[in-house]
Amino acid sequence: MTIQLLSSDIFRNAMIAGTVAAAVASLVGYFVVLRAQAFAAESLLDVSFAGATGAALFGVAPVLGAAILGLGAAFGIGALGERARERDVEIGMVVSFALGLGIFFLSLYARGSASHATAGVSILFGSLLSVQPEDIGRLCLLSAVVLAGLAGVFRPLLFSTIDPEAARARGVPVRLLSTLFLLILALAAAAGALAVGILLATALLIAPAAAAVRLTRRPSATLVLSLCLGVGIIWGGILISFLWPGRHPPVGFSVSTLAAAVYFIGVAASRRAYARREKTIIIGDSAETAQWTSRKESTKRSRSSVKGKPGPGAPSHRT
Amino acid sequence: MTGLIQLLRYPFIVNALVTGSAVAVAAAASGYFMVCRRATFAGHALPNIGFAGAAGAVLMGIEPVLGLFAITILAAVAMGVLARDLRDRDVTVGVIMTFALGLGFLFLALYSGYAQRVYGILFGSILGISVQASRLTVAAAAASLAALALLYRPLLFSTFDPELAVARGVPVSLLSVLFLVILAVIASLAVQVMGALLLFTLLVGPAATATRIVKSPPAAIALATGLGLLYVWSGTMAAAANGTIPVSFCIASISFLVYLPVRLFVRPASRHREAAGHQRRTA
Repeated sequence: MTIQLLSSDIFRNAMIAGTVAAAVASLVGYFVVLRAQAFAAESLLDVSFAGATGAALFGVAPVLGAAILGLGAAFGIGALGERARERDVEIGMVVSFALGLGIFFLSLYARGSASHATAGVSILFGSLLSVQPEDIGRLCLLSAVVLAGLAGVFRPLLFSTIDPEAARARGVPVRLLSTLFLLILALAAAAGALAVGILLATALLIAPAAAAVRLTRRPSATLVLSLCLGVGIIWGGILISFLWPGRHPPVGFSVSTLAAAVYFIGVAASRRAYARREKTIIIGDSAETAQWTSRKESTKRSRSSVKGKPGPGAPSHRT
Repeated sequence: MTGLIQLLRYPFIVNALVTGSAVAVAAAASGYFMVCRRATFAGHALPNIGFAGAAGAVLMGIEPVLGLFAITILAAVAMGVLARDLRDRDVTVGVIMTFALGLGFLFLALYSGYAQRVYGILFGSILGISVQASRLTVAAAAASLAALALLYRPLLFSTFDPELAVARGVPVSLLSVLFLVILAVIASLAVQVMGALLLFTLLVGPAATATRIVKSPPAAIALATGLGLLYVWSGTMAAAANGTIPVSFCIASISFLVYLPVRLFVRPASRHREAAGHQRRTA
């Protein structure tokens, strides 16, 4: 019974699509986490949901609609949000409009029936178990474009992510790179949303890279760890869902739970290491407790926001 | 015009307008703080997280609103406690949100009945509200406004100058958890009558526009409230008059179309630039 399940086409297609989507998401996710753009990533996934429903309405391939609307939104966010601190409002405005558009398309698409909410839910949660061979072809093509784009801008992007001031001083086009990265992210989001659904794509974009950034320092090590975690999460999730005795939990649940577990284990591990280092500092410090706590707050904040100095989890850059 | 007045004879339109107005006022006030505290992602995530609570409550056979309260408040506290700096916060909110959505998905899969009310949370509509739900929502909106009024001064202080607030002994991290809990309460009650999208639009749209136009916090909150009411009324009426366009799409479009010219042509209010500059200097 189990063997049969594992050798079925459904399982094989799910594993292939899941692996490709997880690999791309965890590599792009590295920059998402370093640039603190999880909200942008989640929003672009929502936007691709709107694009896919719109494309279904006009009879175009969903992936095309998702990519077009996603690229438009990425361009809008990049053009409107000049500073990172301001950007989340712009993202919020763009995503609220795009989701409204998605609901509008859904209501047109399923007019006269109460099923449009159900249709939306299936897009949102994805359908890894109904992946078709031609979907895999499209996913691989888009993933190749995303990875090629990322490889093309990798070094300057890393430089401008870790040390934007120095990068600007050296003549690296930081603004342009920021928009380019959003465009790459939009394509990755379109590919991921259609292959594995918005929920899984969000989990895979954020969690593996966030855990990896906390556990390693060198960019190459972080990328490899993130890739391994991402692929491991999706394999683990699919296997749990397939092999669970009795009623199978949905893949969306097992993957997102595994992703959250990986992230929080990463946080706990790095906090512990951080606390051990901090303790040795306090012992030599005779300051009052109140002063100590306020200093701890401010050093923490400055360490993560000072330009030029990577935060506690950030890798040291070697450019 | 007479057609619009005719519309007011339908009780479901009146219900929608009353509930929508109450939520718009509460959302505008808390949205102002949300925008200034850069907590937009949390505002986007909390209504979606509520989905898991509602699905769980339906599965256990209890009132959805109880599940909504439990899970959104839990998530708000977790976000406030776990997320220390900006980068952390972003990732933590994302992970908590995907986890909650996955959990909701599991509950739905386990529940074999008709869960239209749960779906309504994600893609809900304001036009199907009962009188009872409307009253409950108005009461909750009033309660969260009262809580915001009570915390107004320390919250404002800790929003614009967290360093100084810490130095003066204001409990900044407690306030940030409390603020997220207020946001969670609004989300729990509003989301089941209007859906996650419409609530998020009312949180971010009016406040984002208002903070661009005026600088003083009371003026910005007042302007945001006015804009929120305007969006709800015009969007609901337009959708009801047309009959096929979803209300949430109408309101989201109006909010975006008002924001865009303001964003492009109005220079940001100086208070915010000052605040941003101050933060950059101290960082």
